[in-house]
Amino acid sequence: MRQGRQLDEIRVNKELLNGALETPAWWKWAVLFFATIVVTGFVVFGIQTNKGLGVTGLSRPVFWGAYITTFVFWVGISHAGIMISAILRLTQAEWRRPVTRAAELLTVFSLLTALSFPVIHAGRPWRIIYWIFPYDFARGLWPNIRSPLIWDPAAIGTYLTGSTLFLYVALLPDLGVLRDRTTGWRHAMYGALSLGWRGNPRQWRLQTVAGVLLSALMLPIFVSVHSIVSWDFAVTPGVEGWNSTIFAPYFVIGAVHSGVSAVVTMMALMRWLWKWDNFIRPEHFDALARLLIVVATAWFGFTVVEILFSLYTLEGPELAFRDMQIFQWPWSGMFVTFLLCAFFIPVTMWLFKSVRSSIVLMFWTSILVNIGMWLERFLIIVPSLARKQPFVYTWGSYQPSIVEFTMMAWSFAFVAMNMLLFARFFPLIPLFESKESMVFTTEMKIGRTTIPAVLREQE
Amino acid sequence: MAKTSILGLYEDPEDGAKAMDALHAANMDPNDFDVLTGTPYPEGAFGEHVPQHRLFRFPVFGAMVGFTLAIVFTAATQLAWPIVTGGKPILAVPAMLIITYELTMLSAVVMTVIGILFESRLPNFNPGAYDTRITEGLIGVVVSVEEGRESEIEAILNNAGAMETKRA
Repeated sequence: MRQGRQLDEIRVNKELLNGALETPAWWKWAVLFFATIVVTGFVVFGIQTNKGLGVTGLSRPVFWGAYITTFVFWVGISHAGIMISAILRLTQAEWRRPVTRAAELLTVFSLLTALSFPVIHAGRPWRIIYWIFPYDFARGLWPNIRSPLIWDPAAIGTYLTGSTLFLYVALLPDLGVLRDRTTGWRHAMYGALSLGWRGNPRQWRLQTVAGVLLSALMLPIFVSVHSIVSWDFAVTPGVEGWNSTIFAPYFVIGAVHSGVSAVVTMMALMRWLWKWDNFIRPEHFDALARLLIVVATAWFGFTVVEILFSLYTLEGPELAFRDMQIFQWPWSGMFVTFLLCAFFIPVTMWLFKSVRSSIVLMFWTSILVNIGMWLERFLIIVPSLARKQPFVYTWGSYQPSIVEFTMMAWSFAFVAMNMLLFARFFPLIPLFESKESMVFTTEMKIGRTTIPAVLREQE
Repeated sequence: MAKTSILGLYEDPEDGAKAMDALHAANMDPNDFDVLTGTPYPEGAFGEHVPQHRLFRFPVFGAMVGFTLAIVFTAATQLAWPIVTGGKPILAVPAMLIITYELTMLSAVVMTVIGILFESRLPNFNPGAYDTRITEGLIGVVVSVEEGRESEIEAILNNAGAMETKRA
């Protein structure tokens, strides 16, 4: 059942461009708030660069901590875009329409944020350039492509470039609408960005084909990115809990879980902030929750298998590591919190239609999932390193410092601020997708009842 | 000969389709008229010829270029500073495959986007007659007409029910 009003094109333009053509009162304050955190983050990063990584909690033997955890977390969130946009586009899921743009956008900004973390983590960030670009031509020295630290920028760079282009191509028709609704410098800007879009059958045809073709191309990239991120850990022999063949699919499905949950969070915020009740409706949350039940269950299966197979070998160091990760404080507290937040509480709640249709409950359960998924990455990275060496006297622990907490807050503020800035200039819900839905949606009378029906062109 | 662009605006898609039929009937070259909409309509809804494209060639070409460059890049960089690790070959094929895969896909995506723009005939900053109400739901039928036939074409557009015509 459609739970919103059917609008005409003028009304669709007016409602969906309310963020881009007008400045809501709250917008400036929200941007100011996040900008303050972002600036604070830059200052703290400056202090860290000046003083060195000693200001973090990183110390022997744990040299990968909150920064790398947050890097993996944001790469995971970035999987929202392609999961929602590409898979649902390819399967012609009608409910994807209001969701795709926000999901693609979340991909772009979370990837940008994720890419920042290896730089922050490097301590001497200018040295990052050695990883990616050839240096010291005199000696013919090049980056070592055998290192996963080279695979990461290759994969994430490809994903970021592809996602940005995907976002831009799908934005073209809406840029044409904005060009037609604006004057002055904005008209010139949208005119240039829309490249002279007119909306003739050739352009619409190409737009449809582009959506399918780019989706098909982005899907293998999407799978490769988190696989490669997982290989940062999985190709390292000698670290208990890391050297696992299951890591690539485990990370990918976990990324989808956290990414789709982040889209739910974002959709709820969009509905509340821009009052898009006619576009983001309870039926969309219901559909996303059903998808999440499947994804979360698959992810939980991988979690169980990962632990089960590590125990199956009955090797002493592996058993000792799992004992610490699951039963010893403080890891045990985090482990229970992680399982409750990422799976048991939200999935149990999503089984009920009343929860799936409640935007408030969907918002909070999606937040819970991402708390859990951050902890999952932390529990994979840190305990393994804490007991990396075989000798007890080399064991250690790790606690993030205030600097690391600030940089984590910076990452959330950076994504939020960029989303708000984007929303001030561009529509967060694709106008043409909403309008197309109106053209292809009708009502059918069967007997004494009327049901909504979606028409499809024959391929 | 210089051509004039004439736009007819219609509220009802049916009238837009009638205008297209009338232009066909007047033996206009199909390349000289087009329908403009703010919404993607089903193909052939206005009796227009279904546009053909060669978009699928672009990603294939891009992938081939990316694959070649990636193989050259990964092989040449390893050979430029040979690191013998445990007596294994200098060229680490599994690692090369990962970088090659990513660069192949990157090049395929970039070429696809170039193909989309090329096949969509974008950028085009000289679009002829246009009306901003098209993105509010009106249907535009735009005709590129030789000098001297403007009145004839305007009459065709008006007879099909145009609420307004304009020249550019």
